[in-house]
Amino acid sequence: MLDALWLIPALCLAGACANLVLGTLRAPKAIVAVVGVGSVGAATAVAWATLWAYAGQPLAVVVRPYFTWISAGDITVNASLQLDPLSAVMTAFVTVVGLLIHVYSVGYMHGEGNAAFARYFAYLNLFMFAMLLLVLGSNLAVLFIGWEGVGLCSYLLIGYYYRQLWCAQAGMKAFIVNRIGDLGFLLAIFATLAAFGSLEFETVFPAAAADPASFGPEATVIALLLFVGAVGKSAQIPLYVWLPDAMAGPTPVSALIHAATMVTAGVYMVVRANVLFRLSPTAMLTVAVVGGVTAIFAATIGLVQNDIKKVLAYSTVSQLGYMFLATGVGAWVAAIFHVVTHAFFKACLFLGSGSVIHACGGEQDMRRMGGLRIHMPTTYWTFLAATLSIAGIPIFAGFFSKDEILTRTWAAGASDLNGFGDAYRVLWALAVAAALLTAFYMFRALFTTFHGSFRGPEEVAHHLHESPRSMTLPLVLLGVLSVVGGFVGLPGQLLHLEGLNLIERFLKPVVIPLAEVGGHAAEAAHGAHGIGLATEWLLVLVSVGAAAAGVLLARRFYLGAGAFLLPRRLAERLPLLHRMLLNKYWVDELYALLVIRPLRAAAGFCWRVVDELAIDTLLVNGTAFGVELGADLARYTTTGNIRNYALMVLAAAVGIAALLW
Amino acid sequence: MVDDHLLSIVLIAPAAFAVVLLPIPRRWRKVHRVLTIIASSLMFAFSLRLWTAFDADEPGFQLAERLPWIPQLGISYHIAVDGISILLVLLTTLLLPVVVLAAWRLNIEHIKSLHISLLLLTTGMIGTFVAVDLFLFYVVWEITLIPMYFIIGVWGGPRRIYAAVKFFIFTMVGSVLMLVAVLYLAWFHHLQTGAWSYDYTELLTTAPLLPVTGGLLAPGLLVFAAFGLAFAIKVPVFPFHTWLPDAHVEAPTTGSVILAGVLLKMGAYGFLRFNRGLLPAAWEACVPLLTALAVVGIIYGALVAMVQADVKKLVAYSSVSHMGFVMLGLAAGGQAATQGAILQMVNHGLSTGGLFLLVGMLYQRRHTRMIADFGGLAHEMPVFTGVFLIVTLSSIGLPGLNGFVGEFLILAGSWSRAPVAVALAGLGIILGAVYMLWTVQRVFWGPLANEANRLLPDLTVRELFVMLPLLVLIVWIGVHPGTFLSPTEAAVRLLLGR
Repeated sequence: MLDALWLIPALCLAGACANLVLGTLRAPKAIVAVVGVGSVGAATAVAWATLWAYAGQPLAVVVRPYFTWISAGDITVNASLQLDPLSAVMTAFVTVVGLLIHVYSVGYMHGEGNAAFARYFAYLNLFMFAMLLLVLGSNLAVLFIGWEGVGLCSYLLIGYYYRQLWCAQAGMKAFIVNRIGDLGFLLAIFATLAAFGSLEFETVFPAAAADPASFGPEATVIALLLFVGAVGKSAQIPLYVWLPDAMAGPTPVSALIHAATMVTAGVYMVVRANVLFRLSPTAMLTVAVVGGVTAIFAATIGLVQNDIKKVLAYSTVSQLGYMFLATGVGAWVAAIFHVVTHAFFKACLFLGSGSVIHACGGEQDMRRMGGLRIHMPTTYWTFLAATLSIAGIPIFAGFFSKDEILTRTWAAGASDLNGFGDAYRVLWALAVAAALLTAFYMFRALFTTFHGSFRGPEEVAHHLHESPRSMTLPLVLLGVLSVVGGFVGLPGQLLHLEGLNLIERFLKPVVIPLAEVGGHAAEAAHGAHGIGLATEWLLVLVSVGAAAAGVLLARRFYLGAGAFLLPRRLAERLPLLHRMLLNKYWVDELYALLVIRPLRAAAGFCWRVVDELAIDTLLVNGTAFGVELGADLARYTTTGNIRNYALMVLAAAVGIAALLW
Repeated sequence: MVDDHLLSIVLIAPAAFAVVLLPIPRRWRKVHRVLTIIASSLMFAFSLRLWTAFDADEPGFQLAERLPWIPQLGISYHIAVDGISILLVLLTTLLLPVVVLAAWRLNIEHIKSLHISLLLLTTGMIGTFVAVDLFLFYVVWEITLIPMYFIIGVWGGPRRIYAAVKFFIFTMVGSVLMLVAVLYLAWFHHLQTGAWSYDYTELLTTAPLLPVTGGLLAPGLLVFAAFGLAFAIKVPVFPFHTWLPDAHVEAPTTGSVILAGVLLKMGAYGFLRFNRGLLPAAWEACVPLLTALAVVGIIYGALVAMVQADVKKLVAYSSVSHMGFVMLGLAAGGQAATQGAILQMVNHGLSTGGLFLLVGMLYQRRHTRMIADFGGLAHEMPVFTGVFLIVTLSSIGLPGLNGFVGEFLILAGSWSRAPVAVALAGLGIILGAVYMLWTVQRVFWGPLANEANRLLPDLTVRELFVMLPLLVLIVWIGVHPGTFLSPTEAAVRLLLGR
């Protein structure tokens, strides 16, 4: 079964091609849906059969080289796929979540025309192809093909409603901001090639782990460059600005690409390259700081957004920050664990919001919703489950992964990881604060959308309805996963049951042990938490307490008789803070001022002044003019008057005679 | 018999067919079109015979033919191909039927003369790539000037005369100095060996002996500069590029495609073959300068492209940026970077040639190329939009399409030698995405901005066939570049190893 590895992405690609053709033929939607869902369904079946076969044997790294992609000089890049515990986990949830969202899309997009419906599924299938290539690639180059491929699909799907200019602009913004990050990735690839002579994971990482002393400086450069790529794709400060705008795409796209899968590719990549990061305390600290600061920064913006999808978008940015914080403290497994649980609950939240938007006739402003739980019970209960999960309420999936990250961050501070203990302690405090804010803004969204009474227009109120089966089925499944998905990573050590954490056990081989370097304590964060059991329980209490406080605060603000009064008064009391949050700290405006305008000015200068004036007018045409002028002057010697010529001959003769004499 | 003169046939056939067209009355336009498309397709098919006869493992010149021409001066008709030139020959023969088909509906009086100019131009271009004798090289190099001058000057836009003269004089300035350098090399060969020779293979033994020390006026550096100027104008390297936007904007689609697709490559090819091949010591001394100019060209071209209002001018400036990548690869000089640069020449021919074809199709429908006149075309012309998008993605180097492979090899190969240059060139990649996607955005997305664009006809079957060969190669090179990289390997190794 392992030999069918290539089939997993290939089936999705075949679906994409078929749907492109069907789109030009304007084939009926039923056929397109069968092809679109069927191809991903087949890929999922093959993937799980493969994973079943893989899990049944002793864990190992399976590399399948197919052909030589690029070969010139001493550069060789293979087109090859790799199955190891990490790519197995990624493939497992990407296929399942992807399939569910494909099913959901059939219902959500039924109002589109035949050609547009086929175009949607062609892009979505193409995305699955690129995403699976990304997680299955066995070297940085194949990873990069998938990386850019998902970026392309993201561009196409954000701009899916291309006749609305702002959608197309949001797509372009996403592509270009990502390209900035991608340059970092590309340079990291070049640096890796130069340092290791290969891009294969199985060559580079063991080589670096075996000889940390000599690869130290290169590791810092490569790790930081890779992280630049991750910052772009996974929407971290300062390149997060594209993700909120990306909500212009259809809601299932936001769920699949801009929440569950693509945006977590940066986390996957950092975990994949964990050996290089561990060799560089600087890179580790950078990752942790960027992640931790992004987590709280985005959470504060999420507090005041009124568009339900914008709340979820900033929440995604914030949760991605948690994942990077995890990698930055060496909690690699916890990062992937949070990627997985986040995929479940955030996909559920987005699909739930899509269901709500669908019912409200395209309305996305929560101020014109309310009381929807009566009309849409399935959507409500699944949304509630996912909200409890993201808020970190115990036994829900998000609790386990988030708590693990908080504990490990505390441990990094306590053990003075890499000598940066103070920084990690501050980051822990920020992360706990962000957990409180998360619980608050998510319950704010839940209460304003589903509780109270409906605040929208009359005609919409009559049409409020639960979504069709094809939409509620994925919701229910994702809702269930948001509840039970955390059980793969139970914190066994709290109960002295070490074997309980399945995902930790499964992913352990991905974190290759480093060879000993003199006095270098890079391994401190790896393995046992290194803090006492009592402290661990205390930390659990703190994180649950933060979540509970957030929920209670939201309840006080947005539920019951005094709903909305308190926040309004707060906004009036602190107008500057409110405006700053509402305007997202004016970061977009800042970029326009500091980057876009100077760039356009420089371009205009290059064109008008350098090109047209200096080079073309002065140098080029100036030379031509000089030649013309010289010729005009020289023409005066050709007067046609015989006496002038005689004079010139005489003058020349005298001159020559004088010279000779 | 045929196999003995394979290369001569590929070289002479276009010119010979031009002679065949001469007696056919010019009013029989349909006859001209049908005959030319059939003949040019056959020529391409025949050039594939070259490809099969070519031995990729043989590093030196192959399929050579040599006849004495002016034996007293050591001038001969010596033509051959190696791994460096074969791809460019095939690119030339491929683009010929493509542009003939693209000009099918062109409603002009003198389609006959356009075809004849195009065919003569093709012989000149192929000659440039296959000439081994430097005198012959100079002759065919100049031959390309005349038909192109007519193509721009006769069938061009409103400022065609200005553009044509500018193109002619710019090129002439460079090539006259090149002639001096060629004569000097032959004389120097005579000085060293006692025999006159213009033959590349023989000059290889003497030209590297030219002294390059002793200041800027060292003979080796002067010869290098004379060749370099001719080629730098052709590429074009910043700041010798200002003829290009004018020539591209005024030229008809046929001219623009050939200009971007093949003529610019003559410059880059010349740099590699003559400056690098004959004068390695001078090359080594000039690498910092070449690298700097390449990087400036990449960023500068991209910046200027960004603010253009005319799509054609935008694509023209993007050529300056893209050819900067080729020059960067050549300047870096490693095996991978050089092979990447050669592949990138082909890639640029496909993607930029493709963009010019598409812009031409748009112009035929709307008689404007101003970005502001469009907006929201995607809904009216979905297939056209899709094709434009693919060519755009190829141009901005999306992995899986051709442009990425070339850029990857060039940048990866240059990294260890010039990491700063690579990082700066990387900014050019970002800017490339900015100006191309912004163009796509303003032309195709959004609501229909201009009523005149309503119900514009989508890509016709003929136009689809014009684009198809380019699209196939864009994907082919992107997925399996080995087909086009392996032939260049041995030849590049030989040239760099000298």
